[in-house]
Amino acid sequence: MQTSVSIKDLSLNFGSVKVLEHLNLDIAKGEFIVLLGPSGCGKSTLLNCIAGLLDVSDGQIFINGKNVTWEEPKDRGIGMVFQSYALYPQMSVERNLSFGLRVAGMPKAEIDQRVKRASEILQIEPLLNRKPANLSGGQRQRVAIGRALVRDVDVFLFDEPLSNLDAKLRSDLRVEIKRLHQRLKNTMIYVTHDQIEALTLADRIAIMKNGVIQQLADPHTIYNKPVNLYVAGFVGSPSMNFIEGTLNGPTFNAADGTAIPVGTYDFVGATPGSTKAILGVRPEHIFVGEAAADMPFKTEAEIEIVEPMGSETLAWTTVAGVSVTFRCSSDIDIHAGDKIQVGFDIARGSLFDAGTEERL
Amino acid sequence: MSQTATMTGPAPDTNTKVESGPRGPRPKPFFTPQKIIIYSILVFFTLYFLFPLYVMLVTSFKTMPEIRFGNIFALPSQISFDAWVKAWTSACTGLTCEGLAPGFWNSVKITIPSTIVSIFIAAVNGYALVNWRFKGSEIFFSILIFGSFIPYQVMLYPLVMITRELGIFGTLQAVILIHTIFGMPILTLLFRNYFASLPQELFKAARVDGAGFWRIFFEIMLPMSLPIFVVALILQVTGIWNDFLFGVVFAGTQNLPMTVQLNNIVNSAQGTPEYNVNMAATVLTGLVPLIIYFVSGKLFVRGVAAGAVKG
Repeated sequence: MQTSVSIKDLSLNFGSVKVLEHLNLDIAKGEFIVLLGPSGCGKSTLLNCIAGLLDVSDGQIFINGKNVTWEEPKDRGIGMVFQSYALYPQMSVERNLSFGLRVAGMPKAEIDQRVKRASEILQIEPLLNRKPANLSGGQRQRVAIGRALVRDVDVFLFDEPLSNLDAKLRSDLRVEIKRLHQRLKNTMIYVTHDQIEALTLADRIAIMKNGVIQQLADPHTIYNKPVNLYVAGFVGSPSMNFIEGTLNGPTFNAADGTAIPVGTYDFVGATPGSTKAILGVRPEHIFVGEAAADMPFKTEAEIEIVEPMGSETLAWTTVAGVSVTFRCSSDIDIHAGDKIQVGFDIARGSLFDAGTEERL
Repeated sequence: MSQTATMTGPAPDTNTKVESGPRGPRPKPFFTPQKIIIYSILVFFTLYFLFPLYVMLVTSFKTMPEIRFGNIFALPSQISFDAWVKAWTSACTGLTCEGLAPGFWNSVKITIPSTIVSIFIAAVNGYALVNWRFKGSEIFFSILIFGSFIPYQVMLYPLVMITRELGIFGTLQAVILIHTIFGMPILTLLFRNYFASLPQELFKAARVDGAGFWRIFFEIMLPMSLPIFVVALILQVTGIWNDFLFGVVFAGTQNLPMTVQLNNIVNSAQGTPEYNVNMAATVLTGLVPLIIYFVSGKLFVRGVAAGAVKG
């Protein structure tokens, strides 16, 4: 695997505030990596460091094997797309696209050819003579992507590019970014706080908290085998249900005394002895009715709230003294007040140490 | 009678509007107590500020015998432009009697370069302070702002010595330099705040595109800054045109600005004071800032508001 971007022991301080601490990250050529985290976790800061817009306090950044730690942004072989589009308001779309090339002193013929190619890929040819003010949000963001595209760079950096768009456009452009990646096969580093974007786009997701990468893995692993309580709680909507209790061999005793057999659970290491633990189960891994019968743990529960979402139904109930959300097919006819059988698929659940919050 | 009116369907056939209840836009009576108070205050202050101007204009079109008559508020019985012609061409400003015209051109020669140089330097300052932070840039800015709180008179003598050492005392260059220096604090603040209100991502995008300090300044920042340039232009043109102190001290006798020559006309101790000439000369001197205001007043307000959004 050839590395495209490599971050070694990167630290960044603003005065006494440590934004990034000894961060290491290797990104393969052509990989789509998403930096996911809440605001203030340092993900945008990391992106700005890679772009060269922020000076690092310590550590090194390599792009295509070249140490670019002290290089200017333009010399790093990167293109960047910003949340606010950052189009030059007084220039036409065509001049926005060609600005970087004109700065670099490229011959006119080649500029025209590159602008033409980029505008074809992004389908913005009819807009070339318009000013950014006369474009819609989606069109602006396409132009912003085009500005990175014309520079023919190896690495694309996206800083929350879809956050300013409405829900419909966001999902449209999301697909388009994915298509673009499949076509161009560039390395892409994408910052977002939207987990749907992260899960749908990424080859690998890096979940960040307080300037530290919590877990770096493919979306499937992130979703199904979160390494700690933070990742488990951050990814997934509605979020994972957590039940506190004690692990005693193959049995998990919830705080209210309910015994839940966890014999089917695949522990990371050896099966731990008696320890305080937290059991996490995703809403879609709780089954109702007949499907619940096969589950290792089942119990009678009363439905409290039902939220029909169209394709599926979300429902709230109480299990082992804890409020629990589950997801079921909208074909199942349930109503608030119904008493039904619910079963937990423990094998697809997660167990965390209550002290370290690490996955058991 | 029913109090409730249906939302749909045709309005009920009634003779009076009262019966059908309130409908349509809420009536806005003109003579409410608030409006009367607001308009009377506005009218009062408008007259308060316009009255001296009225007296000046009226007097400048009168002849001296008519002025001696005493009715300073009366309109001229016969409009005479003699006073204006004399003020412009032949009123005595000290030793020479060439009117205000030479002073006008001196003021133009002082104001144009001073305005251009000071605005340009301040714009670069503000841009650098916002986008190219360097070690100590905040301290530098604080010192600059501190400068605007020191009375000019304190620095006058040291500046006289400095310009003398530079060999430019008593020349146009000296006044231009002085005006540029004293325009710096407020103009830099103005531009810094304006540039700080522009999205930072534009600057970042331009850097990724490979543009350097001057390229970003001229191609990205300047085209977006017209409103604040108009504000700076108005501040500087009026400030420099109306300046008396620096002109009389630094410009030298050959380059005395219009304000100084106006003073010489009005305060001359010889002969009877020619009020009509004095008034005409005063209006002539105030004309340039006045025109600038009328031409760009709207942009001025917009620019001040734009600069004030983020500080």
